[in-house]
Amino acid sequence: MLKIENLHAEVDGKPILRGLNLTVLPGEVHAIMGPNGSGKSTLAYLIAGRPGYTVTQGSITYNGHDLLALAPEERAGEGVFLAFQYPVEIPGVNNVYMLKAAVNGIRKYRGLDEMGAVEFLKLVKAKTKAIGLPDGLLNRPVNQGFSGGEKKRNEIFQMSVLEPHLAILDETDSGLDIDALKVVADGVNRLRSPQRSFVVVTHYQRLLDYIVPDQVHVLARGQIVKSGTRELALELEARGYDWLSEDAA
Amino acid sequence: MATSSSDVRELLNRKYDAGFYTDIEQDQVPPGLNEAVVRLISAKKNEPNWMLEWRLRAFSRWQKMREPKWAHVHYPPIDFQALSYYSAPKSKKDGPQSLDDVDPKLLETYKKLGIPLEEQKMLAGVAVDVVFDSVSVHTTFKDKLAAAGVIFCSFSEAVREHPELVRKYLGSVVPQGDNYYAALNSAVFSDGSFVYIPKNTRCPMELSTYFRINAMNTGQFERTLVIADIGSYVSYLEGCTAPQRDENQLHAAVVELIALDDAEIKYSTVQNWYPGDEEGRGGIYNFVTKRGDCRGRNSKISWTQVETGSAITWKYPSCILKGENSVGEFYSVAVTHHRQQADTGTKMIHLGRNTRSTIISKGISAGHGQNAYRGLVRIAKSAENARNYTQCDSLLMGSQCGAHTFPYVEVRNASAKVEHEASTSKISEDQLFYLRSRGIRDEDAVNLIVNGFCKAVFKELPMEFAVEAQKLLNITLEGAIG
Repeated sequence: MLKIENLHAEVDGKPILRGLNLTVLPGEVHAIMGPNGSGKSTLAYLIAGRPGYTVTQGSITYNGHDLLALAPEERAGEGVFLAFQYPVEIPGVNNVYMLKAAVNGIRKYRGLDEMGAVEFLKLVKAKTKAIGLPDGLLNRPVNQGFSGGEKKRNEIFQMSVLEPHLAILDETDSGLDIDALKVVADGVNRLRSPQRSFVVVTHYQRLLDYIVPDQVHVLARGQIVKSGTRELALELEARGYDWLSEDAA
Repeated sequence: MATSSSDVRELLNRKYDAGFYTDIEQDQVPPGLNEAVVRLISAKKNEPNWMLEWRLRAFSRWQKMREPKWAHVHYPPIDFQALSYYSAPKSKKDGPQSLDDVDPKLLETYKKLGIPLEEQKMLAGVAVDVVFDSVSVHTTFKDKLAAAGVIFCSFSEAVREHPELVRKYLGSVVPQGDNYYAALNSAVFSDGSFVYIPKNTRCPMELSTYFRINAMNTGQFERTLVIADIGSYVSYLEGCTAPQRDENQLHAAVVELIALDDAEIKYSTVQNWYPGDEEGRGGIYNFVTKRGDCRGRNSKISWTQVETGSAITWKYPSCILKGENSVGEFYSVAVTHHRQQADTGTKMIHLGRNTRSTIISKGISAGHGQNAYRGLVRIAKSAENARNYTQCDSLLMGSQCGAHTFPYVEVRNASAKVEHEASTSKISEDQLFYLRSRGIRDEDAVNLIVNGFCKAVFKELPMEFAVEAQKLLNITLEGAIG
């Protein structure tokens, strides 16, 4: 599904990733943990194609294609989805309307006919119910005036409608109370399938109680310094990250 | 929606019957402006003496006036003696001889708007000899209007057929000496439209598609007068979403609206005159005076404008809220791209008790475009309990453009409530990336954001036009980002 090899990347001339390797197979859930500034969000943005991030070395291969050669919208068309850490507000743009543009943008990319309004609304209704998204959020401008929890929930809702093949969750759990966290985890678990993979970037072990990962990686100073199973996450919670940095050095 | 706009196109492909304008063949008055020219124009139109006198009074006023310089726009001085004041309809020899002679960019835009070839030629000013069906749809319109007692005709016709109405109302909202361009227009106006809605009559249709056919030849000094008698309603739409070429660089129109007791006028404009090329060469100077007079109790005048064309726009559709409980509204989207400049806004003059006004202005600047909102809210001593709400938002695309806001508020009555909200934002990389990461192409993402920004104004437009205006905006801003 996703193969990242020796990835070096910089932002504004400042190196952030320094030789990162990661392989995610179909159906797997990988958790990326690590201290602030270790490059977790950079990794998420690089996979989604945010402008301003320069890859100086290495590659990201997705289903055998060079992912870095694609524009962000093409990556979405190929089934990549990023749940943002800080979803941006877009005044005046209706949430559902935006989502319909997204669904049809992706369908167009895949050479499919556009989805009609009736069919789309049916889909939205079903997903809204499944995610427990308050109806009121659907017809509000994208993320505008949403609480932190509502924004995150909206990301998961979008994910459930777009049904990506590879979903990156960038600290979707941060700032959530336990109930909201469960909703988010539930949304992810519902989508888990042998064909769909997840990369879950998180600060806290807590989320992994609900989304059980196949592998846990620790990112520090631009590299994956340790990989393991869920047990690693628990150990990190108990011991912090410092001991790993020393190990790596 | 598709059907209605193709109906419109079909309509546009037909010629209008004689009668909407006086056929004056192709004579052209040599450049220059003096009393003799004013007399000549009046004579060509077979005007009665009172009309000529009116023009002459305006001319003598204009001679004593100076061009206004306060607007936030820059252009080389206009030599008013170098212009020809009587040239419509245009001579076929002057225009491009075929579509091959027309700016390819313009043609591209026509294509994107889905305009049929014949219509493209008309809009681009190509000499065409088209044979039209004389029994056109709009004849049916005319019958329907006549049955309701609505008068809708060219200004020249109104001068001949309804002199009592014209004499009573002409210049009663925009006096001859109101401003330099209004005075000029009063002296030399070429033609325009006249609307009268009788008492307690709801105009049976939007005066829109009909007008668009006739808008083709109104010339550079257009004069419009709309009178809504007691208890009547009319929705009037001027303009055309397709960019129109015109050899006349200076456009100085005057529009006067009068709403009597319990009457309502909704006036919508889509202005897309040739904006000049990317370097700012060519393009129309659009210096327009538009004003509505809520003369009667409970009357209402609502202006909605989408301004995407012209090199320079200088325009402040305003409302005088004289009648008790009268309501004035102004909804505006103004776009400047490349080297376009716009100084536009409104004046809400509250004179009557319990008068209310709403101003929603959305300015979009891209490229090197300069966009200024200029608005005046004046609450007179007599305007007990007046209210105004103003919202003025600017959207910047790119880093070379400018947005400017000049709000003036004058309150002379302590019971007034005046609210003003303003914002300036930039389409951010974050917003674009967010949408693109959802699978929305970059151009579509820009359109989505821009249309979201303008939504509050678009929803005031008649339905079919709202869709076209949205499309127009997207085309206007193509290439503005990235």
